[in-house]
Amino acid sequence: MVKILVYPSNSLILADLVARFGHEPLTMMRVIRRKIKEVGIDSPPINVTPEDPKRGLKYAAVDVPSGVRGRMALLDPLIEEAEAAIIVHEADYSFGCMGCARTNELAKYVIRNKDIPRLELVYPTNDDEAREFVRKIRDFCKSLTSTAEVTA
Amino acid sequence: MTRKIRIAHLSCGSEYSGVQKEIQDAVEAVNAEIVFPEVDTEDIKDAVKEWGLEVASPDLQLMIARAKSIVDGSSPVDAVFISTCFRCAEAAITRSELRRYIHERAHLPVISYSFTERTTAGTLLTRMEALVTTALRRTLLAREKQTGLTAGIDSGSTTTKAVIMRDNEIIGVGWVETTEVLKSAESAYTTALTMAGVDKSEIQALGTTGYGRLLIGEAMKAELIQEELTVNSKGAVYLAEKQKGPATVIDIGGMDNKAIAVIDGIPGSFTMGGICAGASGRFLDMTARRLGVDISELGPLASKGDHNRVTMNSYCYVFGTQSLVNALSLGATKEDVASAACYSVAEQVYEQQLQELEIVAPVIMVGGTSLISGLVEAMQDLLRVSVIVPRYSQYIGAVGAALLASGFINEQQEKA
Repeated sequence: MVKILVYPSNSLILADLVARFGHEPLTMMRVIRRKIKEVGIDSPPINVTPEDPKRGLKYAAVDVPSGVRGRMALLDPLIEEAEAAIIVHEADYSFGCMGCARTNELAKYVIRNKDIPRLELVYPTNDDEAREFVRKIRDFCKSLTSTAEVTA
Repeated sequence: MTRKIRIAHLSCGSEYSGVQKEIQDAVEAVNAEIVFPEVDTEDIKDAVKEWGLEVASPDLQLMIARAKSIVDGSSPVDAVFISTCFRCAEAAITRSELRRYIHERAHLPVISYSFTERTTAGTLLTRMEALVTTALRRTLLAREKQTGLTAGIDSGSTTTKAVIMRDNEIIGVGWVETTEVLKSAESAYTTALTMAGVDKSEIQALGTTGYGRLLIGEAMKAELIQEELTVNSKGAVYLAEKQKGPATVIDIGGMDNKAIAVIDGIPGSFTMGGICAGASGRFLDMTARRLGVDISELGPLASKGDHNRVTMNSYCYVFGTQSLVNALSLGATKEDVASAACYSVAEQVYEQQLQELEIVAPVIMVGGTSLISGLVEAMQDLLRVSVIVPRYSQYIGAVGAALLASGFINEQQEKA
């Protein structure tokens, strides 16, 4: 089993596909769940505090908007843990969305610079493309399994 | 029980910047509630296409769709707060255009703010208070004449002003430097009462505004305790006799600056801020001291100078001071330095704040700095419109407070 970072990182569909093909999806939901369960912090809605954008300075300078740095701080543990990544471009809002184009640019760049297997896809717009989309993800996941087995 | 004012929050990034709670706290402090206009995700793309601004960030696209739902009447709200990340170009464009769009089409009070992770509820409180007042107290703000015998106290960061008004006329004024908030207020109030020849007990209603408004208002049992954005705009159009139609009010204060687009005496949209003290009255105060002249002499001195002969950077108080010292050491004249300081402050206010507002004539400059003629001339030069400085412009907040407070006399009489 390989830890696969999905992007958009809050995509339930992408996370479900990864899990179905036998791997562990690394998602934003997991990070948020951990944050909102954090005792002693009351910063609704997702318990991000002004400390998070400061942690985001790891990826971007102080003149980068705080919303970008805050999002990068949430993505940080996922990027750190990732052994592989699946990035979907031009995704529909309902598929998963990080809300900020600048964060998308930076996050994808950081992921690409990590030396891990990566699959990049364009969001499907019809049934045929959707089947092809799922097939590519399945094949990517399968290739990771064989690599992992070889490594093991 | 008073109905809570519904403030629509259009935002990109506030929850990821850790400031959503601060915004929430500021809204709750003025007895209002935040609502997020509901839109269907399938309608977002169409809304953006129809609106015509191609922005890449989905949260900005959502803001556009939400704004459209407000304008279409699908989301009933009383006011709108637009917030986006500081230093984001596409957010700044969207924020500015949305504010104009909502204000013009939905006729709702709108304010916008660009936040960092350091934004606090305290920073937002005055803005929220003004937003709620504008939405809630339209009848009070529509008041065009002062009646009875009323007083107004404006507790500013640098000076405290008091005004006594009787039957639509100013009969007493007081002006002191702000030291201890309450003592300064009492001192200015006593001076104004003495000049007016009336006793404190005769005052029928008192209004307080400015930074110390809450403390003074509670201690003196004021009928009206009101933030300075609404009070100043009311006072400005009243003194300039421009109560009907649009106007723009500019107040360069000791600590922050306000630019307010006013319609029929009621603030429509406004900006409040000042990145650095270099763009405030304090910079001019320091300039006067460095030049060895009284602040009242700085304006006429600047009028004789040419700002083009001195490079001045007041984007930062420290660098601005350095430019000033360098210019003097290189032999620049006092007149040119004074002119450059005034131009630098005006330019910064123009670039940082006035760009976000639609500047509509008449433009009225108020507050203590409006008495510095060099600053007014610099602003006229930048805006290319003539600027009105009404009589008593330095007492603007106190006049507005006394005027609005007279609305409470009628209220009490009606109750009786």
